[in-house]
Amino acid sequence: YNTMKNSIFGDCIQTVFLCLFPDKDIIYICPFSGALKGKVFITNYRLYFKSSDADSAVMLNVPLGVICRVEKMGGASSRGENSYGLDITCKDMRNLRFALKQEGHSRRDIFEILFRYAFPVSHGLSLFAYLSQEKYEENGWNIYKPMEEFRRQGLPNDKWRISFINKSYELCDTYPTVLAVPYKATEEDLRKVATFRSRGRIPVLSWIHRENQAVIARCSQPLVGMSGKRNKDDERYLDLVREANGTSKLIIYDARPNVNAVANKATGGGYEGDEYQNAELIFLDIHNIHVMRESLKKLKDIVYPNVEESHWLSSLESTHWLEHIKLVLSGAIQVADKVSSGNSVVVHCSDGWDRTAQLTSLAMLMLDSHYRTLRGFQVLLEKEWISFGHKFASRIGHGDKNHADQDRSPIFVQFIDCVWQMTKQFPTAFEFNERLLLTILDHLYSCRFGTFLYNCESARDQHEVRLKTVSLWSLVNSSNDIYLNPFYTPESGRVLYPVASMRHLELWVSYYIRWNPRIRQQQQSPVEQRYKELLALRDEYLKKLEELELSDSPSSHLAHSSTSNTSLPAPSTPSQQYTHLQTPF
Amino acid sequence: MLSLGSGGGKSAKPSFVSYVTPEEINSEKDTPKEEKHPDLLPGEVVFCSASTVLKLTQDELSQRGTFGTLLCTNFRVSFISDEETGEETAPLFKNKLYGENDIPLSCVDNIYGGYEDKRKLVTGSQVKNKYPSKIIIHCKDLRVFQFALTFCKEEDAKRIFQGIVHHCLEPKSLKNIFAFSFCENTAFPGMLGNVCFTKLVHNMQQRTMMFDSAEDWAQDLKRTKGSCRLVTENANFGLSPNLPQYFIVPESVSEADMTLFQGKGLPIWCWSHHSGCALFKTSNLPLQQEDNVPQSYMEKMLTAVAHNYLYSVKTEDLSDTLPTVQDIQLSYSKFKQFFFIDSTTDFWVSDMKWFSSLDNCGWLDIIRSCLQKAMEVVECLEKENNNVLIMEDGGSDLCCVISSLAQLMLDSYYRTLQGFQSLVQKEWVAGGHNFLDRCNQLHLKDKENVSPVFLLFLECVWQLLQQYGPAFQFSETYLTVLSDSIHVPVFSTFLFNSQHHRASILRADSSHSQRGTLNCPTVWDWSVQFDCKAQQLFINPLYAEKPKLDKSMRRPHRPKHQRQLSLPSATFKTPPKKGFFKDETDSLKKILRVKRISRWMLSPDSPQPSSTSREFYEAWQRKPLDYHGLLLPCLDGPAVRIWMQRYLRWIQEVQIFGGGLVTVLSKVSDLLDEVQELQRQLDRHSSSLTSNHQRPRPRPISAETDSRLSVLLSSSFPFTTLKNNWSYKPAIPTGLLQSLMNSGNLADTEDDDQESLVRA
Repeated sequence: YNTMKNSIFGDCIQTVFLCLFPDKDIIYICPFSGALKGKVFITNYRLYFKSSDADSAVMLNVPLGVICRVEKMGGASSRGENSYGLDITCKDMRNLRFALKQEGHSRRDIFEILFRYAFPVSHGLSLFAYLSQEKYEENGWNIYKPMEEFRRQGLPNDKWRISFINKSYELCDTYPTVLAVPYKATEEDLRKVATFRSRGRIPVLSWIHRENQAVIARCSQPLVGMSGKRNKDDERYLDLVREANGTSKLIIYDARPNVNAVANKATGGGYEGDEYQNAELIFLDIHNIHVMRESLKKLKDIVYPNVEESHWLSSLESTHWLEHIKLVLSGAIQVADKVSSGNSVVVHCSDGWDRTAQLTSLAMLMLDSHYRTLRGFQVLLEKEWISFGHKFASRIGHGDKNHADQDRSPIFVQFIDCVWQMTKQFPTAFEFNERLLLTILDHLYSCRFGTFLYNCESARDQHEVRLKTVSLWSLVNSSNDIYLNPFYTPESGRVLYPVASMRHLELWVSYYIRWNPRIRQQQQSPVEQRYKELLALRDEYLKKLEELELSDSPSSHLAHSSTSNTSLPAPSTPSQQYTHLQTPF
Repeated sequence: MLSLGSGGGKSAKPSFVSYVTPEEINSEKDTPKEEKHPDLLPGEVVFCSASTVLKLTQDELSQRGTFGTLLCTNFRVSFISDEETGEETAPLFKNKLYGENDIPLSCVDNIYGGYEDKRKLVTGSQVKNKYPSKIIIHCKDLRVFQFALTFCKEEDAKRIFQGIVHHCLEPKSLKNIFAFSFCENTAFPGMLGNVCFTKLVHNMQQRTMMFDSAEDWAQDLKRTKGSCRLVTENANFGLSPNLPQYFIVPESVSEADMTLFQGKGLPIWCWSHHSGCALFKTSNLPLQQEDNVPQSYMEKMLTAVAHNYLYSVKTEDLSDTLPTVQDIQLSYSKFKQFFFIDSTTDFWVSDMKWFSSLDNCGWLDIIRSCLQKAMEVVECLEKENNNVLIMEDGGSDLCCVISSLAQLMLDSYYRTLQGFQSLVQKEWVAGGHNFLDRCNQLHLKDKENVSPVFLLFLECVWQLLQQYGPAFQFSETYLTVLSDSIHVPVFSTFLFNSQHHRASILRADSSHSQRGTLNCPTVWDWSVQFDCKAQQLFINPLYAEKPKLDKSMRRPHRPKHQRQLSLPSATFKTPPKKGFFKDETDSLKKILRVKRISRWMLSPDSPQPSSTSREFYEAWQRKPLDYHGLLLPCLDGPAVRIWMQRYLRWIQEVQIFGGGLVTVLSKVSDLLDEVQELQRQLDRHSSSLTSNHQRPRPRPISAETDSRLSVLLSSSFPFTTLKNNWSYKPAIPTGLLQSLMNSGNLADTEDDDQESLVRA
């Protein structure tokens, strides 16, 4: 199978492939083209199918990490055509069905192999990221250096210091090692506050506004409990956060709906009450992980395999998916608005790793144009999501067979959707394009890179992720031109407020409905294509003009070389001669 | 003062004023000084006015606004602010006829009277009870105005209220429409052509064909290689007033056939496919006649359409399968309400149920069904090479929608700006769409005939445009402006019910007038409304002309569109569909039996096509997309959308500041300008090589680009512009939770990691 290996898989993964399931005739029941005969290969990274019918060439190339659930369909005595086989549920909005011959337990091998390698963690095996030996020019693990990022923000300064109290994860095992805290708070203060915050996730600085010094701080809920406990240290600590830029009132955004915050008291949590002087608490009404999971499930029901035909909009509304997007975005808008007008804010939800991460990172995306660059966005993800302990492993369930785990939830997908909504509304404000977002979501599941593995930094350290796996950013930054938005117009200093109204929010069709061939998948948007054609044409004309100049008067200088823009990859050279641009105006 | 109307305002650009005769300018000046007037258009007369009227800002609750004078003229309702706003705020895209605080009378959709805390729809000028303290005007272009009358003199308030209500709501005669006094007082140098576009478009062999001459019809027939008969005998409506002046019918139709039913049932040619088959439309024959005359007549007509048995014919009665004009009106009147936003609270409350509201009014479904039907027609022509005869009762509503949509999909010529205008002239104006009645230009109380059929067509075009941007030479802004222009009572295009109607009115009118026949501009005289710079926004920067092949490579005698349209029919292996288009002539003997036809004529309850042209679409979609070839719309749920620019442009809350598609398109535009400048330099080079002239040095390029980008764009571009660029507060949704019905237990099971919390 060596030749097969190279021809099919030569594209990206350079590792030993186990050809576990060679050449067995199998039928892929494509929801769009019907039953297709073909061949399946399963490696320790992916499931590959190619239909043998040349007329309708259908190919599947599914990383095993995407698989959520594998089930047997039908039994040896099932009747009906193609009723015996496998049903595979994927995490990326699709299902795959394969039918096999009914005789001779033909599916036993494939089922067992899939089950084993799709869920390596449940079988005591290594995730594929540890087996991949990919090499890239750039080491993506270097993209985020906490101290560098703090320095970029102008920290430390006379109000905020960097603390290494958590260097061995003693203060909080789900926080990063390097924290920015109020200058006046002592290490002892931090320890005391940690006792009153759920899981020790104390308020720390995420971002500071360069001009007005207002900050976004994040944390988890205070442990108020049924009895309404108070903690002076916590109260004083929050007041230090407020004091740092002289804000008269600290705004605390609790991402949860009010009732949920109240309900949390029963389990020892709660929210900041009136005892917090100079603070105002605002609930942002964003629902919890379970609601989001069910919402996306409903969305899948109406788009896969077929897009709901009648009453599409009502069906879409009934999933509430876009409404949740609206809530998250509008929460982030409020945070960004407060901060840009000089108020420091504290954001938390229950544990401060789901909704909090969504809100702080989106607000930072609105406030700081650095995060809208290709590398800046990577930093944002590394910082607000990965280092602050969004529980990727629990939310995604990497390599875990327990598909019904209540901890799973598409919080990160929802965040990327929000980012996509922003790029849609501000098509020139982001250096990266949709392809980056799609790539991120693909590798959120694929387990090919170490980037999204594990729940927090301490776990990552323990499993030596940085040493033993490759970062997704290695892939991205080694071929970054395909992730660039040609329309990007850098603009610093401007706060980007998206419109969080249903009038503008739209379903991200090229993600959620991308498996449907009826939805035309354009490799490149027509606008982008046209722009690149024109850029190429401009360069061509400039070159021609230069040549003419040179040939006419050899002494003349190169007048235009400086205006020539060659940063973009030239699309295929226009075939027409330069004399007439086929472009009317 | 705000610059309103054409303005002998500060801008020194040529405008309407240059057409005004000196006497009129004098009479304008005679008006009393204390009353503020807009710069009146020729023939415009002020009926009444009131000062110290407060124009409220959109937010109803704030009660803030600007004081000024409210007037009603024979053209518009106009508000002139007392505040000297000084500089022009929107010089880029200004309508020369009316400004941002003007409402042309026919643009008024509804008037409400505001009383303390409620509002009442005003239906006529008989106002019982009290005069309202507020006038709220909803416009057909979706603007909303609120004027508080509480600060002006009571009699002024009464007068202006009554005046506005009277002139906007009460029925009027056609002659009282502003166009007539406007045109009488204005000399138009005839059809100006599009001076602006001739400069811009590369090879402008094109003009807008008006289809009011035999030549235009002959040219279009020739262009599509149709083999039909051009009828010129109706030039003076001698055959029938119901028929256009000029039209085209199948070869074998005789003159007697044309007059038998006053033109009803006569197949009128629309377009010919390169395969030889063609699209025809007709109005239904009167039903239930005792004798067999209509049936045998229809039989004869079908045979004629079939080129004497050479081709088969498929017929489709649109009255059976598409919504009626009343359905369309009903749905649209629900739909448009979603865009009349009176306050921020209103906006956010309606945001909750936005999708289901849209769904329930059915407007998008109507759009979808029209596109679907047009696609079926296209399938018959393109794939099956059948003649198609579409019919409906009047033959000038949905027939116009479907035939023009089918032509847009099939023929890339109609996707050019001039081609599109020609298409509207051919199918709608010459085709006898009852613009006057459908748009209710006369404000008749009986609204039975009112229906936004033409707007529906523009909506469908917009759907195609947003799906296949690079295929169209014109822009979204062009379509939006065109839809607005329907309600600017100046253009002859939308004032008549048919060519005969137009001719009789204008003829009668010219006998009174000393100046001879009235020469009203058509809507295509864009310079009446916009200067050249503004008109540039009508051009879609994504459009690229089809690359011309070398002449020598071209096959002789094939019309241009032929090459583009042909799809090898072998690629479509789909089985013949059942049910839908009735196959009248598959086997001609069978089809032409009287019984069969009579059944078809008399029983409209034919099986409905639930099956779509899915396979046709999918087969087309698998091929590489050619923007100059056949276009088929995607009709899946997410693909049919709201025409955001038209409907959301005035709503403050949804403006994306510094964003929107325009930020990208303007970059393409600028680059296009730059490339064209370079091309000119190259051309100069090559011409100077042949001659011995001094070659001008190429100018630096980057300075050439437009300053458009320097202004902060918003998603409502170019209709609203930003006044204070940076001092902008984001719109924060209110009352979010109400709509999120508690999703049962899940929402209550706070929270994320319950078990572990309990443990802790």
